Amino acid sequence: MLARPPEPAIAFDAIRVDLGGKTILTDITLDVKPGEFICVMGPSGCGKTTLLRVVAGLVQASAGKLSLFGKPVQGPSRKVSVVFQDYGRALLPWRDAAGNVALALEAAGMPRAEQRPLIETLLAKVGLKDHAHKFPGQLSGGMQQRLQIARCLAQDPEILLMDEPFGALDAMTRQQLQDEVLALAAERNTTVFFVTHDLEEALYLGDRVVALLPNPGRLARIVDVPLARPRNQLATREHPDFLAMRRDLFDMMHETH
Amino acid sequence: MRLAKAAALPLLLIVGAELWFRGPGAGSESLAAPSAAFAAIVEALGDGTLVTATRQTLTAALGGLAIGASAGLVLGFLIGLSKTAIALSTPSVELFRPIPSVALIPLAMLVFGFGYGFEMSIVAFATFWPCLILAQAAASQIEPRLMEVSRVIGLSSTQRLFKIVLPAAMPRIFVALRLAAGFALVVAVTVEIAANPQGLGYMLMIAQQSLRPELMLGSLIWIGLIGWGVNAGLNALQGRLFRHQQVAGGKP
Ligand SMILES: Nc1ncnc2c1ncn2[C@@H]1O[C@H](COP(=O)(O)OP(=O)(O)OP(=O)(O)O)[C@@H](O)[C@H]1O
Ligand SMILES: [Mg+2]
Repeated sequence: MLARPPEPAIAFDAIRVDLGGKTILTDITLDVKPGEFICVMGPSGCGKTTLLRVVAGLVQASAGKLSLFGKPVQGPSRKVSVVFQDYGRALLPWRDAAGNVALALEAAGMPRAEQRPLIETLLAKVGLKDHAHKFPGQLSGGMQQRLQIARCLAQDPEILLMDEPFGALDAMTRQQLQDEVLALAAERNTTVFFVTHDLEEALYLGDRVVALLPNPGRLARIVDVPLARPRNQLATREHPDFLAMRRDLFDMMHETH
Repeated sequence: MRLAKAAALPLLLIVGAELWFRGPGAGSESLAAPSAAFAAIVEALGDGTLVTATRQTLTAALGGLAIGASAGLVLGFLIGLSKTAIALSTPSVELFRPIPSVALIPLAMLVFGFGYGFEMSIVAFATFWPCLILAQAAASQIEPRLMEVSRVIGLSSTQRLFKIVLPAAMPRIFVALRLAAGFALVVAVTVEIAANPQGLGYMLMIAQQSLRPELMLGSLIWIGLIGWGVNAGLNALQGRLFRHQQVAGGKP
């Protein structure tokens, strides 16, 4: 048995980010526990994407320290994978579904013969078993986003970053994917850092919800969401605690706006 | 049905021209009836002159294109990968690019004499610049999100080049090649008309000088057909190769 490392999966320590001479985020201090599902929400422009990009190693913090499992972040790492909102641009249009998943395995230097069964398993896991040879242009938005998730899973990440991944999808597909992501994260005990501007989505998915305020982006509230798992689209959303937290956060976001 | 509609106007013109040259226009020394042009081209095909001229023109066009396009595409692609290289090279490119390629005919003739070297060098010069500029644009306009994906997924820089950058730029590079191929044919024929005694352009000149308007018109139509065929072939190839990638402005 391997003991979990005592360090938090993601540790923000007084992070500040300046971009283009402007302070975008300031004084972000937060520990995300391994296996935790954390949702970050806030109004448009408050720096959610920027914060996620800092974790991904795509943006460097101007001040403060960011560590993943106790190690300071130097740049992008294969242990951290990102699901982008614009799946249409994040997939390689010249590769079919299987080829897109293979990209992550090729990056890890896995021999081709070993890739095959793994790709099949991953595509099956996201419900794309019968679409392995379709190209992104031939898949619906929901399927493309599933494909991007499969590619991220192929990286076998310890931390999964998702930036409004379902923002462009219809309500039905969105709910399906929410449940699929919850199941996948639970199965692998993956730490998930999930950005959304949808308060209900944040509460439905998260173990904790982090609310940001804009100008400059800063922590406003961190709310525990002690709702039972596995969550259920009807029961959870109708639960009195869910409704109370929704009201509470809603009021908070609107008061300070 | 669409074909019939597209063919209606040309057919009408051909029939009209035929009637004109059989009636009031008979005996023209500058133009000839379509049937006469057709007969002249069939004759030229039969005695081998047309085949030889076509081979000469295509060889010069393709040879020049191979040199000009490969140099332009490779160099343009490399420049396009770096913002500094773009900034450094743009002034020089803008200095040389506007030189009309046919203005080099006297110089190239001095250097190479008549023949393939002469013609190919001009074609190469003419195709080099559009290829350079379009390849540069192709390399510098790769979807930034894909570059980010390659970073977070952990591709090495070689992997990034071969798995992301090149395939992403390929459709645009092919468009450059298609345009350059059209250019190459035009320039080759121009050089032949102006100075080089070989190929279809020269055949056209000889027909004109020996007062054979029907052969001149026939050759003209033949050149048009070749240009059309090359373009149609490349369009079809582009559609096949890149059917999953959409490029703004690059649709065949
Ligand atoms: N590279 C950059 N240079 C300068 N400013 C930037 C840069 N990237 C983002 N910003 C600014 O930082 C602020 C936060 O942007 P960010 O994209 O993180 O917000 P967000 O919370 O994700 O918004 P949304 O909900 O609309 O996605 C914005 O005001 C934006 O203009
Ligand atoms: Mg954002």
